[in-house]
Amino acid sequence: MSKPMLAIENLHATVDGKPILNGLDLAVNEGEVHAVMGPNGSGKSTLAYVIAGREGYEVTEGSITYRGEDLLAMSVEERACSGVFLAFQYPVEIPGVGSATFLKTAVNAARKHRGEQEYDAMEFLKLVREKRAALGIDDGMMRRALNVGFSGGEKKRNEMLQMALLEPTLAILDETDSGLDIDALKVVADGINALRGPERAMVVITHYQRLLDHVVPDKVHVLAGGRIVRSGGSELALELESRGYAGLGLEPSAAA
Amino acid sequence: MPAPRTIPFDYPVPSASPAPALPGDGLPWLDALRGEGRRLSAGGLPGTRTEAWKYTSLAPLTELEFSHPAATLTEAIPAELGPGAFDALEGPSLVFVNGRLSARHAQLDGLPAGLRVRGLAQGLADDPAGIEALIGGTEALNGDLMAAFNAAFGADGCIVETEPEAAGKEPVLLRFVAAPGSEPLAYHPRVIVRLGAGSSLTLIECHEGPAGAPTWSNPFVDIRVGEGATLSHVKLQVEGDGAYHTALTKAALAGEARYESHLLALGARLARHEIHVRLAGEGADCQLRGGYMARGSQHIDNTTVIDHAVPHCESREVYKGVLDDTARGVFQGKIIVRQDAQKTDGHQLNRTLLLSPKAEIDTKPELEIYADDVKCSHGATAGEPEADQLFYLRSRGLDLRTARKLIVQGFMGELLEEVGHEPTRAVLAERVAAWIDGGRS
Ligand SMILES: Nc1ncnc2c1ncn2[C@@H]1O[C@H](COP(=O)(O)OP(=O)(O)OP(=O)(O)O)[C@@H](O)[C@H]1O
Ligand SMILES: [Mg+2]
Repeated sequence: MSKPMLAIENLHATVDGKPILNGLDLAVNEGEVHAVMGPNGSGKSTLAYVIAGREGYEVTEGSITYRGEDLLAMSVEERACSGVFLAFQYPVEIPGVGSATFLKTAVNAARKHRGEQEYDAMEFLKLVREKRAALGIDDGMMRRALNVGFSGGEKKRNEMLQMALLEPTLAILDETDSGLDIDALKVVADGINALRGPERAMVVITHYQRLLDHVVPDKVHVLAGGRIVRSGGSELALELESRGYAGLGLEPSAAA
Repeated sequence: MPAPRTIPFDYPVPSASPAPALPGDGLPWLDALRGEGRRLSAGGLPGTRTEAWKYTSLAPLTELEFSHPAATLTEAIPAELGPGAFDALEGPSLVFVNGRLSARHAQLDGLPAGLRVRGLAQGLADDPAGIEALIGGTEALNGDLMAAFNAAFGADGCIVETEPEAAGKEPVLLRFVAAPGSEPLAYHPRVIVRLGAGSSLTLIECHEGPAGAPTWSNPFVDIRVGEGATLSHVKLQVEGDGAYHTALTKAALAGEARYESHLLALGARLARHEIHVRLAGEGADCQLRGGYMARGSQHIDNTTVIDHAVPHCESREVYKGVLDDTARGVFQGKIIVRQDAQKTDGHQLNRTLLLSPKAEIDTKPELEIYADDVKCSHGATAGEPEADQLFYLRSRGLDLRTARKLIVQGFMGELLEEVGHEPTRAVLAERVAAWIDGGRS
C-alpha cells in the first residue's frame, strides 16, 4: 500500500473573516495524481493558498498533514523547501528581478535546506538550459524580469520550469492549463507527466477535461461551496464535461 | 521671505574679519563674485520656513563650528575609505580632498582629443580670463543660497569641456573625498561642465567620506549641454554618517541636447540633491533618474526643478528609493512649462519602498503650466514590499529576508538598467547590493 502524502481533514478556512472552506477532506497518497474541479469561486485557489501557507488565509478548524507532519505549523518557505510547490493561477510579476537570478536563488535555497551543495553558475546554467528546452522556453525570457510583461501562457510555462527545477514532492497546480495554446498544453502536460513518480503526488486544479486527456488522474474531486462534494475516478471529469455541475446536481447551493 | 537661520561658523563675515586666502583672490571679478556670495550667505542657511526647505531642516548644521579652509589642506585620503568605488574604471580622473584638487592623485594622461579637464584653482592662476568667461558675473547665483555659500567659500573645483563633435569613450571621474581632522570640516567645490555641439560625455561624480566625522560638502555643478550634445551624468553619494551633503546641480540644455542624470544616494546623515534643468532649445531631452537608500535616522532629499522654456522638449524623472528604520525621504519635483513651451512632454514618478513603519517620505509634485498644448503628469507611490510578491518568492523556498532583498534589489535595479556605461552600472549595482546586505532584514 502506498503511503499517505497529503491528508486534509475537516478544513475550515476564512479570508478576511469570510468562510471559504467549510469542512474539506482530501487524502492523496504517494504516486497519485488527483484532479480538483469545481465552479468559479468554490474555493479551489483558496485551498491551494492554504496548503502553500499564504498570509491572510486563516485556518479556523481542521488539519493538514504532509508526509506525517503538521503542515500548518510550517512557514511558507519551510513548506516549499520540504517539497511543496504551488503553480500559481496568477503568477506574480517581480519587477527588476531577473528570472535566471531568481531561479538560481530558489533552487539553491531548496538544496541548502536538504543539506546539498549549492549549484555553481555553470552547473546551474546547464540544468536550466536542459529543462527550458523541454518546455519550449527561450533564453530571452530568462533574461527578463520575473514574469514582468510575460504573456499568460509564458507565465504558466515559467511556473512549469520552476517546478521542473525544484522537483517538488507535492505539486499543486492551480489552473496551469488555462491560458495555454494547444501546443503549449501538450508541452506542459508532458512536463507534468515527466515529474510523475512513485514518491511524488500532484493535485491538479482545472476546469477542463483537455489537460486530463494528457495527464490522466487517479482520482477526480468536485469542490463546491468550500467542500469536496463528489469524488470518483477519471470518468467523473468526463461526466462533468458533458453534463456540467448543474447536470450532476453539484451547484454550490445544492451542495451546501 | 522668512529670515534664514544664522549660523555661527567661523567663516568670516564681510567687513568683520579679513577674508581667508582663497585661490584667485585679487581678481576683481572673482572678488565681486565672492563678495556677493558672502553678502547673500551672511544671513545664514535657509530655514524650514523657506518653502523649498520646508521638509529638510539644516538646523543641526548650524550647531557646528567649521574650521578654517586653510586648516584642512591635505592630499591624504583617509585609509578607512579603502579603494575608491570607481577605481577599477578606465579613463581620466581627478581627486579632490576636502574640496581641493590633489595633484598627486590626478590622472589626466592620454585625454582623448577634444576633451579638456582642468582644476579650477590652477585655472584661475593660468587662465583667469578664460575662467571669468566660464563663471560669468554674479547673476549665476540667482538668489540661490547654497550657490551663494559655494561662491563665497569655494576654493577649488574643476572644469570639464568638450569641443564640438568630440566623443569621450571612457567616463571622466571626479572623486570628492572628505578627510576631516578633529574639527568639523566644510568644503564647497565648484564643477563647470561645458559640452560643445554634437559632443558626448559620461561624467561620474563620486562623494565619499569616513564614518562619524561632522562634515559639510556643498558642491555646485554648473552644466551647459550644447546643441545636439549628450551628457550622461552619474553621481554616487556615499559620504559618512556624520556628513551633511547639500548639492546643487544646474544644467542648461541647448536644442536637441540630452542630459541624463543617474544619481545613487546612500550616504550622509543629511543629504539634499537639488537639480535644476532648463530646457532652453527645442528638442532638448532631460532624463533624471534618482535612487536613494537610507536607514537609521538618515534624511535624504531630492529636489528637482525642470524648466521647459521652449516648445517640443521632453523631460522624464524617475526617483526611486528604499527607506528603513526611521529614515526620512523628501522628493520635491517641480515642472515649469512656460507659455511658449507648447508640445512639452513631461513626466515625473516617485516611488518609495518603506521597510519600516517608522520610515517616511514626503513627496511634493508641483506642475506650473502656462502653455495649453502639453502632456504632463506625475505619480507617486510609497509602501511596503507587496505581500503578493513576498509570498510568491517564499513559496519558492526563499526565506523572508532573501525575498525582501530580491524585491528591493529588483526595485532599485530597474533604475540602474538605464545607466549606459556598463562598468559604471556594475559599480552602482554592487553598492546597492552592499547596502541591502548591511541591513538586518
Ligand atoms: N480577500 C478576499 N476577501 C473576500 N473574499 C475573498 C477573498 N479572496 C477570495 N475570496 C472569495 O473566496 C471565494 C473562493 O475564491 P477562490 O479563488 O478560492 O475560487 P476558485 O475556486 O479558485 O475560483 P476560480 O475557478 O474562478 O479560480 C470567492 O468567492 C472569492 O470571491
Ligand atoms: Mg482559482
